[in-house]
Amino acid sequence: MHAGMELAAAWALAPRLRVRPRDEAAEREALEGIAAWACRFTPRVSLEPPQGVLVEIEGSLRLFHGLAPLIGRMRSGLEEMGFSTTLAAAPTARGAWWLAIAGNEELITDPALLETALAALPISAGCSDQHALDLLRSIGVTTIEGLLALPREGVGRRLGRGLLDDLERALGAAPEPRTMFAPPARFVAKLELHGEVEHAEGVLFAARRLLVQLEGLLAARQAGVRRFLLVLLHHAARPSVVEVGLASPGRELERFMQLLREKLSMTVLVEPVEAIRIEAADFEPLHGYTAGLFRDARIEGEGWARLIERLQARLGGGAVHAIGLQPEHRPERAWRVLGAGEQPPRGEACTGARPLWLIDPPRRLKEAGGVPHDGGRLELLAGPERIESGWWDSGEVARDYFIARAPSSALLWIFRERGGSWYLHGLFA
Amino acid sequence: MKTSLADILAQHSVWRGGAFVRPAVPALPTGFAVLDRELPGGGWPSGALTEILGLREGVGELQLVLPALVTLSTSGRRVVWLAPPHLPYAPALAAAGVDLVQLSVVRAPGRRDALWAAEQVLRAGNCDALLAWFRDIRYAELRRLAVAAEASRAFCALFRPSEAAREPSPACLRIALEPMHGGLAARILKRRGALAAAPVLLPVKRPVHAVGGPALSVTRARSLVARPCLA
Repeated sequence: MHAGMELAAAWALAPRLRVRPRDEAAEREALEGIAAWACRFTPRVSLEPPQGVLVEIEGSLRLFHGLAPLIGRMRSGLEEMGFSTTLAAAPTARGAWWLAIAGNEELITDPALLETALAALPISAGCSDQHALDLLRSIGVTTIEGLLALPREGVGRRLGRGLLDDLERALGAAPEPRTMFAPPARFVAKLELHGEVEHAEGVLFAARRLLVQLEGLLAARQAGVRRFLLVLLHHAARPSVVEVGLASPGRELERFMQLLREKLSMTVLVEPVEAIRIEAADFEPLHGYTAGLFRDARIEGEGWARLIERLQARLGGGAVHAIGLQPEHRPERAWRVLGAGEQPPRGEACTGARPLWLIDPPRRLKEAGGVPHDGGRLELLAGPERIESGWWDSGEVARDYFIARAPSSALLWIFRERGGSWYLHGLFA
Repeated sequence: MKTSLADILAQHSVWRGGAFVRPAVPALPTGFAVLDRELPGGGWPSGALTEILGLREGVGELQLVLPALVTLSTSGRRVVWLAPPHLPYAPALAAAGVDLVQLSVVRAPGRRDALWAAEQVLRAGNCDALLAWFRDIRYAELRRLAVAAEASRAFCALFRPSEAAREPSPACLRIALEPMHGGLAARILKRRGALAAAPVLLPVKRPVHAVGGPALSVTRARSLVARPCLA
């Protein structure tokens, strides 16, 4: 079976063949995804639709310690994204493209060797026009070498100037201006799953492919994200959205994966997943930094931020917080929850005795004979401290606070409302 | 080769009854000289599990660790409170001298979540004290936490109900707290060294000075309540 075959003939050969319409938009999207990812290696990336990406790597060789390590990194990255690829390198963009089209995974660095390498390629690598191909084959030209042997004027007259131009560009005899791909400022990538996935773990594996792309794009833009969305597309149900938040802008794949794993472990799939989409926007500048020689406070802080975001990913955004003072007389408002990275207001420490444990909301105490009881009669040791405040907002309080001793000899912070009921508000632990 | 007895005793593999095992990581002074004298290394063990067993919440368990918290937080080291049973009250902590910037509170509703979070905090290795509250925890889980604690350099205190004293535990230090004479007595149930004989009476700060003195009568309290005063 080969490309260009009649559908009926293909079915005759393989009756179980499943046919899908070609989705050119998806092809283009995949190509742009690869291009965006490739921008992490060099800023000079251009598209060769429908299936090629050209990357100028000469300027990046030193950074990536040579051609072979760079190609190795590209290959493993492309594999991680789930693409099967042919990688070829040559001194000219078109030359490399022709090698790749012909399936020759050659890495040619010496311009002197380029012509021999290209000459051996079949004619179909350099010419996509079917009419010209037929003509060339009919006169016995099957390789580029044959094409090079033909007189130029004749080729130009019969097959068009375009073929000759391409040939000159491939050989480096003519310059080839290309439009460069600009990495977009937001990321949306979709992946159709091979079958319906019923477990969140399976989604994680697929998501990795897209996150590799996201990492590449962010590296190219020298940016990081604070959050990204994983959208799970189902057959019938509405798409479910998993939001992953980061404590500080980041772009490392492993960090994304770790957080997503925690999130997905808490997610119950409403229906099998058919496709996934990853969206990220609001890129923030994030520059790479060099590691310090000694224990670095910045790296230390980074590790702390990672820990917090890992805890928040599983336990919920509000599960990790700091506490700070607030200048207020009402005990329940004299403190507040601080978000991550928030600087606490400088409140003054209160003068009265305050318990280390605050019971929130205050627990109503039983009363017998005008005396508060909590597992027995409470003995008042100190007080009262009157706190009467907040008439301007809805939380008005009028209380008299006492320190009381329970029969178990624990010290309690209790108060009596103006109405007369007793409440337990804290423990002197 | 001649080896003297002193050489053998200097090795960590030989332990003499009655002597403390010298911990590999320096201990963190508790702030109570009487207690420090009873603890191997002279303080809270770092990189090991400590259990603090209290009859109930509010027995004085926070007073016990408060001086260490003040030392840690004012020297810029991080303290995590995991699954506290009540709100750690910021004004009281600040009044005691704790630098609130260094405190983080982690809420974990389920036991599994709390265990997971404790392990994460210990394994991350950038937190210097973990205070965790567990109502029920199995031996295997404690063992897991103990291993995680050994991998860290943190002072790791687990607060558990006093019934847990009957269960075996892999913690290297276990202290039971009980009120005594209006103060706080710490009974060392387990330490790396000889058994401790008598409970240690801790001079904790209490909000009322005359704890042993006569209590306010409710009638007097009432008259006070009735008296208008400025808020």
